[in-house]
Amino acid sequence: MREKTIYGLGILGTLLLLWNFYTIFLVIPIDALQGNIFRIIFIHVPAAMTAFAFYGVAVLASIAFLWTKNFKWDSMAVSAVEVGTMFTLVNLATGSIWARVEWGIWWAWDARMTTQLMLFLLYLGYLLMRPAVAEPTQRATMSAILSIFAAADIPVVFMAIRLHNVRTQHPGPVLETGGLAPVYWPPFLIGIVAFLLLGSAMILVRLHQESSSREIDSLRRELHAI
Amino acid sequence: MAALAIAGKDLRTEWRTKESLNASVSFALVILVLFSFAFDLDREELLAISGGLLWLVYAFAGALIVNRSFARELPNDCLDVLIASPAPGWAVFLGKAVACFLLLILVELISLPVFGLFYNIHWAGSIFPLLLVIALATWGITVVGTAFSAVTVNVRLRELMLPVLLYPLLIPLLIGAMEMTTGLLNGNAVLSDIRILLVFDAVFTSLSIYLIDFILVI
Repeated sequence: MREKTIYGLGILGTLLLLWNFYTIFLVIPIDALQGNIFRIIFIHVPAAMTAFAFYGVAVLASIAFLWTKNFKWDSMAVSAVEVGTMFTLVNLATGSIWARVEWGIWWAWDARMTTQLMLFLLYLGYLLMRPAVAEPTQRATMSAILSIFAAADIPVVFMAIRLHNVRTQHPGPVLETGGLAPVYWPPFLIGIVAFLLLGSAMILVRLHQESSSREIDSLRRELHAI
Repeated sequence: MAALAIAGKDLRTEWRTKESLNASVSFALVILVLFSFAFDLDREELLAISGGLLWLVYAFAGALIVNRSFARELPNDCLDVLIASPAPGWAVFLGKAVACFLLLILVELISLPVFGLFYNIHWAGSIFPLLLVIALATWGITVVGTAFSAVTVNVRLRELMLPVLLYPLLIPLLIGAMEMTTGLLNGNAVLSDIRILLVFDAVFTSLSIYLIDFILVI
């Protein structure tokens, strides 16, 4: 059942993504101001939204772990953080490529970019710390605490960099302001759905790995006990 | 009361050995000297980055101090005794945070005149607002640092992990402190940004106090 779900989600996500690439690169009209490079937004923004969704899942799972001490929540949190971090990297990389073409530079210390990079670094620290703790309960508790601290830091980072020098080069929001032409909406939404499906499939694979590694760990302990 | 006892104990231990105090004061001085080679600046450029320089020194020195906070309880299983003592977890945490805060403030007050002297920066004129910024930001560094010192106390490569986890989290605090310090050292006081320090301190003090029982009893 689990394998079927993984394959189902993965295949559906891949197909949607391929269809979306076709729409993005061959169907939708070119942007009048930016030229072809604007097409990267259909990967850039859905990746960020998917990452946020998974970080949200990770925080909820972390709180649930502290509450219940059930290891399935720890597995859920680490899987979501890993996949979320990967999507953050996709978001940062595509943004950087866009910036090189549009602004002529790879990086600007703009409010949104700085926040996103900090998010990436915080969760990278989270992923780095886990292998350094051998004891499973300790590792899970530390990870949960770290993930809650990281989540609390994001709004503060956002406030801090907007203090008095709002160096905002990043294009403003186009979704809620109606700045996105109707023809661009479908690839945009399908992009988000495709990434969410693919990400969920990856999370399920990771969950499976986590439960196997816990099982191996407990078998090893039993063996040592004998 | 229990928190004060813990803080007193930590300060007394530190005063007798002076291990983290000596290390972080000399580390702060070394960094201040290294910066003078790293950047060849004229006066205006120096003033523009003065707050950044100062807070990098403080943040580095702070990591050294908080690193020892819980690690010094490991020999002889003192940490287990502290956790088993009648003092509640938050009191142990607050006591340790206060001790770290006072130690770091001491290191900062020693290195501030040295910084002024080496780089010919006049800080005495704006000493009171500067002290306010230093106090609020130092509390932020120590409260998060002490919480993470407790989180990483049993981690392999503790000394390496703490800075990796701590500095990204301190970014908003350091941005606020650096910008305000630069402003104060340049003679134009912008204390409106103090709210970022206040928010950071409030959020992370309450979060640490709330989560400390989970951190300590694993």
